[in-house]
Amino acid sequence: MSREYETVIGLEVHVELATKTKIFCGCSTAFGGAPNTHTCPVCTGMPGSLPVLNKKVVEYAAAVGLATNCTINQNCKFDRKNYFYPDNPQNYQISQLYEPICRNGYVEIETADGGTKKIGIHEIHMEEDAGKLVHDDWEDVSVVDFNRSGVPLIEIVSEPDMRSADEVIAYLEKLRLIIQYLGASDCKLNEGSMRADVNLSVREVGATEFGTRTEMKNLNSFRAISHAIEGEKNRQIDLIESGEKVIQETRRWDDTKESSHAMRSKEDAQDYRYFPEPDLVPIIISDEWLEEIRSHQPEFRTEKLARYEQEYEIPRYDAEILTNSKHMADLFEETVALCGKPKKVSNWLMVETMRLLKEHEMEPEDIRFSPEHLAALINLADAGTINSTVAKEVFEQMFADDTDPEKYVEEHGLKTVNDEGALRATIEQVIKDNPQSVEDYHNGKEKAIGFLVGQTMKAMKGKANPGMVNQILKELL
Amino acid sequence: MFLMSLTAVELGKRIQNKEVTAVDATREALAAIAAREEAVHSFVTVDAEGALARAKQIQERIDAGELTSPLAGVPVAIKDNMCTQGMKTTCSSKILYNFMPTFTAEAVCNLEKAGAVILGKTNMDEFAMGSTTETSAFGVTKNPWNTGHVPGGSSGGSCAAVAAEECSYALGSDTGGSIRQPSSFCGVTGIKPTYGTVSRYGLIAYGSSLDQIGPIAKDVTDCATILEIISSHDSKDSTSVKREDTHFTEALVDDVKGMKIGIPRDYFGEGLNTEVKEAVLAAAKELEKKGAIVEEFDLGLVEYAIPAYYVIACAEASSNLARFDGVKYGYRTEEYDGLHQMYKKSRSEGFGAEVKRRIMLGSFVLSSGYYDAYYLKALRVKALIKKAFDEAFAKYDVILGPAAPTTAPKLGASLSDPIQMYLGDIYTISVNLAGLPGISLPCGTDSQGLPIGLQLIGDCFKEKNIIRAAYAFEQTRDYAHSPIAAQEKGGVS
Amino acid sequence: MANIISDETIEYVGILAKLELSDEEKEQAKKDMGEMLDYIDQLNELDTTGVEPMSHVFPVHNVFREDEVTNGDGSEDTLANAPLMRDGGFEVPKTII
Repeated sequence: MSREYETVIGLEVHVELATKTKIFCGCSTAFGGAPNTHTCPVCTGMPGSLPVLNKKVVEYAAAVGLATNCTINQNCKFDRKNYFYPDNPQNYQISQLYEPICRNGYVEIETADGGTKKIGIHEIHMEEDAGKLVHDDWEDVSVVDFNRSGVPLIEIVSEPDMRSADEVIAYLEKLRLIIQYLGASDCKLNEGSMRADVNLSVREVGATEFGTRTEMKNLNSFRAISHAIEGEKNRQIDLIESGEKVIQETRRWDDTKESSHAMRSKEDAQDYRYFPEPDLVPIIISDEWLEEIRSHQPEFRTEKLARYEQEYEIPRYDAEILTNSKHMADLFEETVALCGKPKKVSNWLMVETMRLLKEHEMEPEDIRFSPEHLAALINLADAGTINSTVAKEVFEQMFADDTDPEKYVEEHGLKTVNDEGALRATIEQVIKDNPQSVEDYHNGKEKAIGFLVGQTMKAMKGKANPGMVNQILKELL
Repeated sequence: MFLMSLTAVELGKRIQNKEVTAVDATREALAAIAAREEAVHSFVTVDAEGALARAKQIQERIDAGELTSPLAGVPVAIKDNMCTQGMKTTCSSKILYNFMPTFTAEAVCNLEKAGAVILGKTNMDEFAMGSTTETSAFGVTKNPWNTGHVPGGSSGGSCAAVAAEECSYALGSDTGGSIRQPSSFCGVTGIKPTYGTVSRYGLIAYGSSLDQIGPIAKDVTDCATILEIISSHDSKDSTSVKREDTHFTEALVDDVKGMKIGIPRDYFGEGLNTEVKEAVLAAAKELEKKGAIVEEFDLGLVEYAIPAYYVIACAEASSNLARFDGVKYGYRTEEYDGLHQMYKKSRSEGFGAEVKRRIMLGSFVLSSGYYDAYYLKALRVKALIKKAFDEAFAKYDVILGPAAPTTAPKLGASLSDPIQMYLGDIYTISVNLAGLPGISLPCGTDSQGLPIGLQLIGDCFKEKNIIRAAYAFEQTRDYAHSPIAAQEKGGVS
Repeated sequence: MANIISDETIEYVGILAKLELSDEEKEQAKKDMGEMLDYIDQLNELDTTGVEPMSHVFPVHNVFREDEVTNGDGSEDTLANAPLMRDGGFEVPKTII
C-alpha cells in the first residue's frame, strides 16, 4: 500500500535592489559594461579598502519589510559570512545573521480553492552580491568579473509554509508585485534580479516532524522552479520508499537536463564562521526614520484595484490585469493622464499589448513604449485620422521600438482617406472588376459586400475610411 | 650628518626658516639609510629616487609659500602595511611580495598634504603578527641600541628607523601594542591614538576592531605634531570618529599640577623586570614632584586581556586575510590542480608560520560549535575590561605603567614559545581592547644600556592628558633619543 | 594539556582556512592550538552572565553614504596586480566541472 506524502517548502529569495550604486561603494550598479569596469578597491576586496553603507539600501529593505508585515529591527548589524570562492573578492560576504533588519512578517496568497493563505516571512536581511564567473569553453579556466560584486541584495527567508509548486509561484508573484510597487527592484527572474532557492522536504501526511530538507539553487524561471519542485519531491519520495535517507545538501538545478545534482565537495565545509563585521557600525532606525519610510510607501495593488474601478470606471477584470504589473499600472495611469479615455487605454494594454508580450515571451516590465506615444496613437485613432487596421500596424511598430506614431503615420502616408471622390472612383473600379460578387450580392448574398469592402481597402492600401466605403458601396450597388 | 639627529619639528623649523632644504634633509636620510641598513635593516623598500624628486617638489612649494606645515619637507618612513600608491606594500609577507597599491592610505595622504617626504616602507612582523619583527618574510630588523637584540614589534622597522636616525619620524600601527612596545625597546616615543582617531582606510587590516595608526618619533612634541596632522574624520572609514579636539600640540604644556595619575598594582606583579619596574616608578615620582597626584589602585582583569585579545584578533585576522588567495593580487603558486589546490598552495607558501598559526586559531574559534564559547566569551570579557577602565578613569586622568615587562630580548629568543611572546604584550593589549589612547616614551635604560619605556594610558578621546603628562615627564630628563645621540653625549642618560 | 586537538580538527580547520600543512606543521599546529586553547580557557574563570558581548567599543552608529555614483571605470586599477588575467578579468581554475 503506497503512503501519501506532503511536500514542505520554504524559500530564500534574493532580490537585487534598484539603487544607483553598490551597497558599500560608489560604483554604478548598471547592467552590462566591459568586465571589471564598474569596480573599485572596495568591491574587489583590495587590501586596505573599507566598506561604507549605502543609506538607500536600508530604506529599501525596511520598506519591503513594512510591506510584508515584518517587525523592523531598529537596531540591526552586519556580519561577515566567511567562505572561499573566486567571485567573492574578500572571501567573506558582508551579510546579516545575528541582527537582520526585518523579522516575523507574512504575505497572503490566493490558493487554488479560492481562499487565502498566509506565508510566513522568517526574516529579511541585507547583503552584497557576488561577482560573475565566465567559464571558458575550450580551456579549464574561468574568468572573474566583479561588476556585480557589491550590488545590494535583500534575502527574504520564508517559513516552511508552502505545500506545492503553485503556492510557491503564488508567493513569488506576490512578493515580486510588492517589491515592484515599492520600486525597490524590477525583480526579473531571467536576469537574476530576483532569485529563489528552494528548501524542500517531504513527510507522510499527518506527520508532525519535518523531513530532512535539501536546498535547490540556480532556478531562473517560474517554470524551472515548478519543475525542480516536482523533480525533487519525487526524488525524495523515491529515496524514502526504497528505504534510503535524504541527505541534507545543496543541489544545483540543471535547466537543460531538467534534473539536479548535489553540489557537495570535501572542500566546501559549509561552516561560515559568521561574526559581527568590525568595519561597519550598527544601524539604529529611529521611530522618526521608520515613520518617514512608512509615509513614503506607495499605493499597493489592493488600493489601486479599488481606485481603478471607482475613478476610471473600468471592470474589475481589467483592473486586475493592469495592476498585476507595476509597470503596466504606471503606463496605464500615465497614458490616461495624457489622453483620458481609460477604457480605450485599458483595451490597448489588455488586448494588443498582452498579445504581443505573449508572442515575444516578454514580461510587462519589458514594455518599451512610452505613455506619450500610446496616448498619441489613441488620439489618432479616435479622431479618425487612422483606421483601426492601420492603428494596429502602427502599434506593432511602437511596441517594437517605441516609434512615435504621429511621425510614423506621416512618413508612411497612413492617414485614412476621407476624400469621397477618390473613394467613389476606386469603388466603381472594384465593382467593374468583380461582376460575380456584385451578382451574388444582388442574389441576396449579403456576405459578398464584405469581399468588395476588402478589395477596396486593398486597392487603397488599407487607408480608406471603412464607414464611408460601406456607405458608398451600398449606394452604388 | 646631523639633520636626522634633530627632532622632526626642529628640522621642520629649519626648513621653514630656509636654513636647510627638504632635499638636504632627504639626502641625509638616504645617506644614513645607506650607512646603517646593513646593520639594522629597518626598511623593506627604500625609494631613493622618488624621495629626492618629492623633496624637490615640496621644497618648491615651500619656497612658493604654499606649504607651511611644521613638518613640510621632513623625511618620513611608513610601516609597510599602509598602502602607498605606486610604492610596493608587502606587509612583510611573501603573499604580497609584489603588491603595488593603486591608492594611498588616508593617514599617509594627510602627511603628503602636509608636505612629508616619504623615504620608503619599513619592516614589520608579517601582517603585524608578532612582537619582535622577526616574523617578516624579508629578514629581521635589529635593535639600533644593540644589534644582538630585537627592536620589538610589530612596528619594529619604524621604531628602529627612528632610533637609527634613518628618518625624522615614522608611522606605525598598533593592534595589541605594536607601536608602544617597539618604541619602548628602541627608546623612541610612540602614540597609539583612541580607536577611530586616525583613518584605517588603506591600512591593511589585521584585527579591524583593534588596529590604529599612530606616530613614532624622537619626542612627545613630534608625536603630538604628527598625530595632529594624521588625525581626520574620514568618510571612507565607517569607524572613523568625528572629533573636534585634535589640536594635540595644545597639550604640550609642562604642567601636571593636580593631575590624577593611577598606578595599577596589577601591572607591577610577577613577570615584571626589576630594572623596568624601578625606572617606571621613578618616572611616577618625577611627575609627583611636579604636582601630580599619584596613587596606586587595582585595575583588575589584566591577565584576561591577552586570551581575549588572541581570540578576537585571530578571529578577525582569519577573515581579513582570506582575501589573499592568489586570484586578484600578490603571490600565486606555480603549479596547481584545480581551484582549491591553487588556494591552499598559494596561501600555505605565501604566509609564514606565525600568520598561519593565528589564521588557524581564528578559524577554529569561529567555527561551528565554538563561536559562543570562544568568540562571544571574549567579547564579553572585552566589555568587562572596558568597564574596568571606565571605573579607573572616573578616578584618574592618566594610568601609568610599563610599556613592556622587559627591555628588548635577544634575537631568536622569543619565537620558540608563542605564549611567552604573547605575554610580553600584557600591558599594552587591554588598551586596544578598550579602544583607549596610550603613549610609550623612554624613561631610562637597563644595565645593558637598553631603553626602558614608560606607558601612559588615557581615557578615550583624552590624548591630551597623556601628551601633557608625557611632555612634563620628558622635561625632567636630559634626553637621548637614539643610540647615536647617546654616544655623542658620552654614554647613556 | 586539557585541549587535545585531533588530526580531524586540524584537517577541518585547514579546509576552512584554505591552508595545507605538512605533516610536521600539522603536529606543531596541534600542539600550538591546544596550548593556546588551554590558555584561552582562563576566560572561563570569569563570570560573564548578563554581560552584553561588545563588538564595537564606541557607540558610533548610522554611518552612511548617499546613493550617488562617485566611481568611474576602475578596471585598470582593479586588474593592475592580477597574477593571471584573461578577457579583462581574473583567470582562475575552472569552477564548474
